[in-house]
Amino acid sequence: MIGIIDYGAGNLHSVLKAIKQLGYETKLISGNSDHTDEITKIILPGVGNAKVAMDVLYSTGLSDYLKERVSAGIPLLGICLGMQLLLETSEEGNVLCLGLLKGAVPEFTDESEKIPHMGWNQVKDTQSHFLFENIPDETDFYFVHSYFAKPELQEDILGATNYGIHFASVIGNSQVMGVQFHPEKSGKYGIQLLDNFCKQGGI
Amino acid sequence: MLRKRIVPAIDVLNDQAVKYVQFRNPTIIGDPAELGKKYTEDGADELIYLDTTASLKNQDLKLEWIQRVAEQVNIPFSVIGGVRTVEDFKNLLRAGADKVGVNSAAVMRPELLKEAADIYGKQCVVLGLDAMPIYDDKGEIVRWEVYTHSGHEKTGLDVVEWAQQAADLGAGEIICTSIHKDGMKNGYDVELIKLLSEKVNIPIIASGGAGKIEHIEEVFSKGKADAALVASMIHYGDYTIGEIKSYLQTKNVNVRLI
Repeated sequence: MIGIIDYGAGNLHSVLKAIKQLGYETKLISGNSDHTDEITKIILPGVGNAKVAMDVLYSTGLSDYLKERVSAGIPLLGICLGMQLLLETSEEGNVLCLGLLKGAVPEFTDESEKIPHMGWNQVKDTQSHFLFENIPDETDFYFVHSYFAKPELQEDILGATNYGIHFASVIGNSQVMGVQFHPEKSGKYGIQLLDNFCKQGGI
Repeated sequence: MLRKRIVPAIDVLNDQAVKYVQFRNPTIIGDPAELGKKYTEDGADELIYLDTTASLKNQDLKLEWIQRVAEQVNIPFSVIGGVRTVEDFKNLLRAGADKVGVNSAAVMRPELLKEAADIYGKQCVVLGLDAMPIYDDKGEIVRWEVYTHSGHEKTGLDVVEWAQQAADLGAGEIICTSIHKDGMKNGYDVELIKLLSEKVNIPIIASGGAGKIEHIEEVFSKGKADAALVASMIHYGDYTIGEIKSYLQTKNVNVRLI
């Protein structure tokens, strides 16, 4: 069963809908009390502000829940803001994040590019990873963000995108991973990526 | 590189998709969700729904069709129309909208943009901006003025100044409609779009006036738009989105082909 973290994120329902349409069982997780052994994978969605999101994750106990589940070996996928929250800190509200991956989240500062980075852009695979299965390299995905992930370790960069600078648009390892774009809003290949996460290693 | 976006606009009145000419005389063109799904399959990059009944109808009814769109469409869509409060943002985002647009309410209370951006992030705050040119004695355009309430009320605000202020407050994107061009099919207001694209550091969606495929190329190449809104030319079957994109590609406009 796929657990989806419910902390008031704007794209919660589109993620939920996409996972359901793929045929997976889902459960919304809104606090520690929802901790259940049935949940084999977790998705952390996100649209919005890092500070606001972390405040909710802390106050609901969801931040502890996520850390505990990850240390128990449960795979976790962060989407957009949810991906940024996997890192240690974000400049958006100067907030301490989950720290499940090493690195920070700075703001785009290139004056020549409009902020937010909004629209369809290509993802270049920098490593092979199961998330990319059955998806051509340099496929377009839909991005909406003003901050970006800057992992400390090169090995945590799985895919990159060019927007004035090259930034990490897919990060993580075989257990904790994140995508900066919105797979749930990126047409068929986005849905494929979600399927790749959900089916990896059994449901 | 970031692609130029083709964005079908779907006007909604009483839960039906309609088409207006210069904000008046609606004609029913279909179901909002079915139309959205069709355009997605044709290669639309994003959808914009303009709910023209929002201020008169109850919220539940409005959320119902948005939920249906969210069920059937797997690309981003914005809902604009009748939004007044942060609570409206919350409800529309929860119903499945990816972005929420404000127009008149932001003019009346600009802080709304900041309040919404502080909670949900500026990327889902869209400013709807309706512009009318102001002419001098010789009939030359000297500036553009902001109109509200579906183009019925003039505000005295300068379009560029308002756009800059809105971007500073928290708008993440601007849909700029030229009222005098809308539905006329004789091209976008390229001059205004170019001015906004140069003066405002958030994406600009050009709206109002596309009738021919060349108009879209022009608003990207000369107008420097980030996205082009299309309505009548696709609603009435003059062109498909696939045809528009193939044409743009031959003109070296960076579009996403599916």
